[in-house]
Amino acid sequence: MAERELNFGEALNEAMRQEMQRDPKVILMGEDVAGGADIDHLEGDEAWGGVLGVTKGLVQEFGRARVIDTPISESGFIGAAVGAAATGLRPIAEMMFVGFMGVCFDQLLNQGAKLRYMFGGKAKVPLVIRTICGGGYRAAAQHSQVLHSLFTHIPGLKTVVPSTPYDAKGLLISAIRDDDLVIFFEDITFGGIKGAVPEEDYTIPFGKADIKRAGDDVTVVAIGKMVHHSLAAATELEKQGKSAEVIDPRTLSPFDEETVLTSVEKTGRLVIADESHPRCNVATDIAAMVADKGFDYLNAPIKMVTAPHTPVPFSPPLEDHYLPNPQKISAAALGLF
Amino acid sequence: MDIPKDKLLWIYERMQLIRVFETRVSTEFGRGKIPGFVHLYAGEEAVAVGICANLTDADYMTSTHRGHGHCVAKGVDVRGMMAELFGKATGICKGKGGSMHIADMDKGMLGANGIVGGGPPLACGSGLTAKTNGTDQVTICFFGDGASEQGTLHESLNLAAIWKLPIIFVAENNGYAESTPAHYHCSVENIADRAAAYNMPGVTIDGNDLFAVYESAHEAVARARAGQGPSLLECKTYRHHGHFEGDAQTYKIAEENEKYRTELDPIKRFKEAVRPRGLVSEDELAEIDERVQAAVDAAVKFAEDSPFPEVQETFTDVYVSY
Ligand SMILES: Cc1ncc(C[n+]2csc(CCOP(=O)(O)OP(=O)(O)O)c2C)c(N)n1
Ligand SMILES: [Mg+2]
Repeated sequence: MAERELNFGEALNEAMRQEMQRDPKVILMGEDVAGGADIDHLEGDEAWGGVLGVTKGLVQEFGRARVIDTPISESGFIGAAVGAAATGLRPIAEMMFVGFMGVCFDQLLNQGAKLRYMFGGKAKVPLVIRTICGGGYRAAAQHSQVLHSLFTHIPGLKTVVPSTPYDAKGLLISAIRDDDLVIFFEDITFGGIKGAVPEEDYTIPFGKADIKRAGDDVTVVAIGKMVHHSLAAATELEKQGKSAEVIDPRTLSPFDEETVLTSVEKTGRLVIADESHPRCNVATDIAAMVADKGFDYLNAPIKMVTAPHTPVPFSPPLEDHYLPNPQKISAAALGLF
Repeated sequence: MDIPKDKLLWIYERMQLIRVFETRVSTEFGRGKIPGFVHLYAGEEAVAVGICANLTDADYMTSTHRGHGHCVAKGVDVRGMMAELFGKATGICKGKGGSMHIADMDKGMLGANGIVGGGPPLACGSGLTAKTNGTDQVTICFFGDGASEQGTLHESLNLAAIWKLPIIFVAENNGYAESTPAHYHCSVENIADRAAAYNMPGVTIDGNDLFAVYESAHEAVARARAGQGPSLLECKTYRHHGHFEGDAQTYKIAEENEKYRTELDPIKRFKEAVRPRGLVSEDELAEIDERVQAAVDAAVKFAEDSPFPEVQETFTDVYVSY
């Protein structure tokens, strides 16, 4: 029997639906996550269900008491989600675009991330914040950012960056069942990505990387959308007689050091592809880890392919120039031989 | 209140320019010429124009994601605006900002804004500059009904009040924040009622009545220029288009939508108000219509004929040495 395929958003929707069925403490909140609150004529499937439609249909099944539209008050509702999580609910909050985290930063940085520790372990914050990230949509500087590095830096937060529908579903279910605050990044360009997704609920453990393509000559660690670019680069490298191993860490905090080190031990070469800005990002973090723990494995310098240290430009030729792509990744890899 | 004839003609021209500009943006977006997101202002023209008819180029303005109308009303060049939307090098921000970030410092236009509630604190900043420098410049702070639930707005109202800043906060209440109606997201029926909490005057007016907007703004601007502090003006209005281009608008009530596009249309109502009083002639209006159409056609041609920016522009206007 052919495996069932879902697109990225459908996989996320199914994860939330199954978890809400399983656990009545799971609630959903965010701007227009149901859509059309208190509008009498709206019924059936016509409500927004989130700006990209990812939460569509959930309000019909679970009602407005569990699928809650919020005003545009990010400090207020993200903080409320933190407080609700600390007192027994398991909220999934949607922060439409990651740039809007700027509005509610205190509630993440000083509240959500720190309660459990500051209270000597007497509180937990089982909250998932789902958020759209990434460039390529011509959405300009405030709506195209890749900020997983910023959140990975903060103790008390876990960060998840899925790259396929299969991973998205399993990781989101793990995130919902996790007792810590998890930030879950969804690339804006993934709408069209399809892949096999099992119907039953399943989890993917945090801190377990996935080798998306096995290879012998160079290791490419790639995050989020960069996984797809790196797989395309690997196809190109194959033509040049170089075999690339593509590793998708899937979660950045926790991070699977072992899979990366084992691969680098085999290949002796490392390229890291990350759409973050180049300073203090996850790529530099991985590079430092390998320099520290895997120095003897390396036959060449570690190369990083990132976006530049500029805001994301609007104009299409500028944004294309700004973004990492398969050519930049394969060129970096070839430079190591 | 009598508005002088040349001002009436200016008002009509600006309202019509916004309408024709936005209608054309919708078309060009549909043709794939305009990338990214666009949020159109059509239907709300009387607000931006009624307010800006009381300003000079020296006055400041902060705007929103639905900012094209504010820009046009403040006198920003539509050629530079259209080229910006097309992502061209000749755009008002060199193609680096796009629809949500159009700005023109020479006109006191401190930017559209992709962050809902991003503008009000900036407005306090330009208000503080004017106050510190002892000028009579005012700042207009436009924000939507949805933005009225942001903490930044409430902090700004308080700051402006205690520092007596020359700011007119203008709530553009078009009934919806995306697909969420104001009667759900807002604790009060009239946003202007919140002015009481900040000890400033607050009025709610029909934002599709150009004359009502003009008069209320006139008073609030005079107050601000005289050093008497901020005001909150709530203009009830309606957007003709979806939240963004492509929005199916299932949340709207069909009859309401139709009514606002016809009998409650602000431009139609303006014409109906000036015609019987013989304030302006049909010929004068027709001449403006022609001029506006020509200006928008020229703006599109300019945008189309302009080059995209050189890729090196990616690295300008920011400190970057890595
Ligand atoms: C901080 C922040 N939150 C959410 C959004 C997404 N968003 C853009 S416009 C909008 C609705 C704004 O409603 P309103 O203030 O009423 O303005 P209108 O669109 O009606 O002009 C939302 C939620 C955003 N851009 N910024
Ligand atoms: Mg609104």
